[in-house]
Parts: sequence; C-alpha cells; structure tokens
Amino acid sequence: VSTKELTKTAAVNQKKLDPNGLIYALKNGGPIVWLSCLVMGLTHFTVGQYIKGLIFLAIEVVFIGFMLIENGGLHWLGLMPSLGDRVTEEVWNDDLGIYEYVQGDNSQQILLYAVATLVALGVFIVIWRASVRSGYKGLDLKRRGKHIPTFIDDVKSLFDENIHKLLMFLPFAALTVFTIVPLVYMMLMAFTNYGRTGDHLTLFDWVGMANFISLFDNTSALGRQFFPVLKWTLIWAFFATFLNFFAGTIMAMIINRPTTRLKGMWRTILSLTIAVPQFVSLLIIRTMFKNEGAVNQLLMNLGWITKPLPFFTDATWARVTIIIINCWVGIPYTVMSVTGILQNIPAEQYEAARIDGANAVQQFMNVTLPYMIFVMTPTIISSFTGNINNFNIIYLLSGGGPTYIGDSAGQTDLLVTWLYKLTMDNQEYNLAAVIGILTFLVLATVALFTYRNSGSYKDEEGFK
Amino acid sequence: MAKKYGSVKTKKMITDIIVHVFLAIVAVVWLIPFVWLVAHSFRAESTGLFTPNFFPEKYTIMNYVKLFTETDSMNFPRTFMNTFVIACFACVISSFFVLAVSYSLSRVKWKLRKSYMDMGMVINLFPGFMGMVAVYFLLKAMGLTEGNKLPLALIICYTSGAGTGFYIMKGYMDTIPKSLDEAAYLDGATKWQTFIKITLPLCKPMIVYQVITSFMGPWMDFILAKVIVRAEAEYYTVSIGLYKMLEMEFVNNWFTRFCAGAVVVAIPISILFMITQKFYQEAMAGGVKG
Repeated sequence: VSTKELTKTAAVNQKKLDPNGLIYALKNGGPIVWLSCLVMGLTHFTVGQYIKGLIFLAIEVVFIGFMLIENGGLHWLGLMPSLGDRVTEEVWNDDLGIYEYVQGDNSQQILLYAVATLVALGVFIVIWRASVRSGYKGLDLKRRGKHIPTFIDDVKSLFDENIHKLLMFLPFAALTVFTIVPLVYMMLMAFTNYGRTGDHLTLFDWVGMANFISLFDNTSALGRQFFPVLKWTLIWAFFATFLNFFAGTIMAMIINRPTTRLKGMWRTILSLTIAVPQFVSLLIIRTMFKNEGAVNQLLMNLGWITKPLPFFTDATWARVTIIIINCWVGIPYTVMSVTGILQNIPAEQYEAARIDGANAVQQFMNVTLPYMIFVMTPTIISSFTGNINNFNIIYLLSGGGPTYIGDSAGQTDLLVTWLYKLTMDNQEYNLAAVIGILTFLVLATVALFTYRNSGSYKDEEGFK
Repeated sequence: MAKKYGSVKTKKMITDIIVHVFLAIVAVVWLIPFVWLVAHSFRAESTGLFTPNFFPEKYTIMNYVKLFTETDSMNFPRTFMNTFVIACFACVISSFFVLAVSYSLSRVKWKLRKSYMDMGMVINLFPGFMGMVAVYFLLKAMGLTEGNKLPLALIICYTSGAGTGFYIMKGYMDTIPKSLDEAAYLDGATKWQTFIKITLPLCKPMIVYQVITSFMGPWMDFILAKVIVRAEAEYYTVSIGLYKMLEMEFVNNWFTRFCAGAVVVAIPISILFMITQKFYQEAMAGGVKG
C-alpha cells in the first residue's frame, strides 16, 4: 500500500515541479508573470515578443467582449440554470394602440448557446494557461541571457517540432464544434423535460434524474418500452454477430479448401453485397419480401404455399427475417476478413489433430475455432457494438414495425431506431437523449468487459 | 490397397461435387436480388411495385431515359449532381483531416496524444445519430439549414467526424520505419518536409483507399442527409431521392425508375469499392519495408 502511495505523492510532487507547468511559472516568474495572468501577453511585451503578446492580448479582448456584449456569453450562462421562463405573448402597446408580439425565451436555444459558451470558456482557459507559461518561458530565457524566439521562429516551429498544433487545429476544431458540443448538449438534454409531453417544446426546465428514474416505472412511456427494446436489441446483436461469424467462417473455409475451384469468383460474388450501397440492396430486398412481393409470388406460382408468408407483417416472422437477411448482408464481410487469417493457422496444428484421429468437425471445433476467436475478438466486439447501432438494416427493412409495443417503439425497433423515432417523429428529445446515454453505457460496458476478458488482451504472446 | 485408394478418391470427389453445388446455390442466393433489380429496371409492362411474375415479360430502355429526362416531380440528375459535388468536397476535406491527425499521432510526441486517442474511441461508442439532432439545431442556429446552404451543412456533417477516423491510417503510418524520418532530420529537413516528402508518398496506397472511401460516404449515407435536408427536394442526395420514389405517392409510377436509378448509382460505387479493396490489400500485404 505504502509503495503505491509513495509513487503517487512522488508523481504529485513531480507535477508541481514540472518546469513547463503553470505553478512553476507563477512561483518563479515574479510580479510581471502574475500581472500577465490578468493582462494576457504582458510578459511577452517585456521580453520583446510583441506580435505574440499582441495576439494573446487580442484573444483576451475578443473573449471578454464576447462574454459581456448584449446577448453574449454571460447572458446565456446566466439563463442556463432556469433555461428561461418568459412565454411568447401579445402585449398591449398603449402608445400605438396595437397588440405587440413579444418574443419569449427559447430554452433549446439558451441551452445550446450556454454549452457553446462553456466550450469557448474552456478553450480560453487553455489559451490563458499557455500564454502565462509561454510568457514565463521567454522571461526565463532572457534571465539566462539566451536567444528569445522571435515571432518568425514561432511560426517556423509550427512546421517543425510543433507541427501537430498546425495539423491538428482544423480537425480538432471541427470535432469540437460539430461532435463534442452536440454530444454534451444532447447529454444535458437527458436531464430536462424537453419534449412534446406537457407542451415543453419551447420552454423546458431541468428535472434532474427524473427521466432516468422513470425507466423503472412501468407506467411511464420510457419504463414500459425500454426493457423490451433493450432485450430485442441485445438478442438481435447476439444473433447478428455470431451467426455471421460462424457461418462466414465456415463459408470461408469451404471456399479455401484446396480442391475448391474458382475461389476468386465465389469471393467476388459474395463481395457484391458489400460493394453495392446498403440502402439500394436493403430497399430491393424489402420490396421482394413484401406480402405481394416477388418472393411470395414465386413461392405461390411454384405452388409451395397458398397464402403469402407474413415476412414483415408478423412480429416474430419479421424478427427472424431480419436476422436472416442480415446474414446475407454480413457473411461476405466475415468471409473477407477471415480468409487471410485462416491461411495463417499453423499447418502443424491440423497435422497433430489428424494424427490424434480428429475428424473434420473436431478439427474445426478444437483448432480453427479457438484460433479464430483469439485473433478475431476485437473484430467480433466491434461488429457486436456495430450491430447494436445498426440503424440501416432495421429502418430500411421493417422500419421498426410491424406492431407497436408502446406509443413509439415497434416490435423490431433497436435502441437507435427508437431514438430516431423519438426525435424525428415524436419530438420527445429528452427521452431520446436518455436512450442515447444508455446505449452508450451498454456499448461501453460490452466493449470494455469483453476486451479485458479476451485472450488477445490478457496474453498477447499466446498464439505466436 | 489400390481399391481402398480408389474409394478415398471417390469420397473426395463426392465431397467436391457437394461443395460446388452448395457454392452454386449460395452464389444464386447472393446474386438474385441484383439480377432481379437489373431485370426490373428494364421492365416494360408496368411501372408499379408488384408484378405477377418473378421476372418481367417485356423489356425496354425507357425507364432509364425517363429517369434522366422527366424531372418535374423528381429530379434524379439533380440529386446525382448534388451528391457528386458534396462527395468531392467531403472527400478532399476528410482525407486531409485523417492524414493530418494520423501523422500527428504517429510521428509527433505530444502530451495529450494518448488522451486524444482515448477520446476518439469514446466518441465512436456513442450512437452516431444521437449527436445528429443537436448538430441539426446547431446548423440551424448558424442559418445553414435552409436553401442553398444545405450542401455546405451536409459537407460539414460528413467531414466533422473525420478527426476520429484515424485508426487504419495511423496504423499504416506506424509501419513506416522511423529511421527514414531520422535520416531526413539529419539532412536538415523539418517535420513538415518529412511529412510531405517522405510519409505521404509512402502512404500512397492507403491514401487512395482513404480518398475513395470518403468519396463514397455521401453516396452510401441515407440517414444524415434525411435529417439535415428534410423537405427541401432541390437539395436531396441520391439516397433520399431513391427512398422517396418508393413512398406511397410515387411508387406506382416510379418503381421501375427507382430500379434504374439504383443500378445507375450502384455500378460506379461498386467499381470504386473494388478499387479500394485492391489498394487496401496492396497496402496491407506490401507494408513499407525499411
């Protein structure tokens, strides 16, 4: 215990003494560095880095301006706790003798701008820290009588040792604005009552954990539908992943047999499903499997059935049909990724199994499968999580139908398609956000748990 | 002895026959939807969804001609061009993002490198659609969800996530020996020069793979476009256009044209896909030898 703690304190001490750190800069910098905490870029001016100092000062001025102007950052942050409560209404204007339309608050806008302001604040703090530290660095160089990097040196360093700052800037900015801000915003929405229920589409409030608690309440919209949908999502992901994996492996082995002819042709035919855009092939298959569709027509013309099979009109039929169609979509992927791996299985292992008298099935179970599972675990996990999020196949084939289990989720809806329906059709944004967070939790648990327990994580040298 | 050898041989032959018959059946099952699609895109007897026979009785080219000439209620050529333009932009920007991030992660040591990679993994675990609704609100707040700004909004949607799509490219860059970089530094090259003159040329097969993959994104995507474009028919991408053709009010007149449109989209995309596979396998098999 004590060794662990010791290393921990040592690490903390080291952090404090990090010569590039903020605290170190404040300790050794003296009054001018302290002042530069208030007026960014001040230290830069004293050591002659004027352009850099000006840039930092300008950033500070712009940021403070953005926070203080009317309808600026502070305005939105101030409204964040209440999310606004002015209703849009008509007010009698005595001077003009007319009713005036007074715009009320829009909670969704307030939350969005407040989150954006918080992110801007975060970015500003990072820049502020950097300004103090880089100011101190210049001061330190001056004290020791060394060359202080000019602005041109700094720009040059962006193409050399600091190239990551130049290269990462745009991708990271795009990621922050269009991925991280929306995700944070959606997650916050899970703690509000933003939705059509109770007419909270313009004005809504924080409700704390209420949405999550209602999951366990059988009478609420969420509680009634969540667990059936979750159950089907997991069943679907299990079958979709493992059926594809086993069937695909067997298919790849059949094609790989030494005496199988035209190996390339079989693989190309299978890979057509991957090459053709999924929405094309899935929409075609949906049409073919309709009650009056080509498949039922064909079977009736052949006289095998007298009335159409309810592929998508009966819940159980629809579930099985979707899983089978998913094999059609998924087996080619497995064949493609497995072919190379199969050829890597050491031939001696098969030879040893044969000498011990193992037949083909035993060889598959005891040699091929363990090896495949070992190598493929990461792929299997990612295909499992991919299937939990498999929007296309459900939405394009059954649309979640045929029958409803609650007021919004259908019998074949996955969590993702339900999330889609909740936002696009039902406008229950808060419930959708809850589903999104829970989906993430399910995925993260599955991914972490399986990955940590897999052979390839515990014993990386195992099969070499 | 000879007899036994013979029986083993017959047994082998029987297995071979069974295997090939099985593979033939598999091939038919996998090909039939596509054959059916192509056949019905040439169907002449009716334009509706359902026909009494599995394959059409009469064939015509008119469905293709009408698809490109009758553009009043559904403008397929326009959706095609929309998607093409968006795909070109998305492809250039995404590829740049992926290359820039991959190089920074593979070749430069910086403090938050590991944290960035972890963050990328966590972000990818969220249902992609979850953020979309908020992205729509955000784009709306920026005024990008109306009229001619919609293509820009779609380009933003297709490229903004590229910063987390670095796994394959970074993995590939990691296989390029560091000694090449070090040799360049000794000759006085900056990191930028090393990136442009050494790393990029060596990544060529992977770059081709990346460029085509990101070009195909907007063609394959259905849901983002549907959420962003909504009802503005002028800015539909092909996937929404084709989906629309199957809706109630269109399907009876448009089903055969839907098939024709699907063929027109599927052929170039499949060819591009086959090309990416060639380059991907080349990249994976060759690696970069020091």
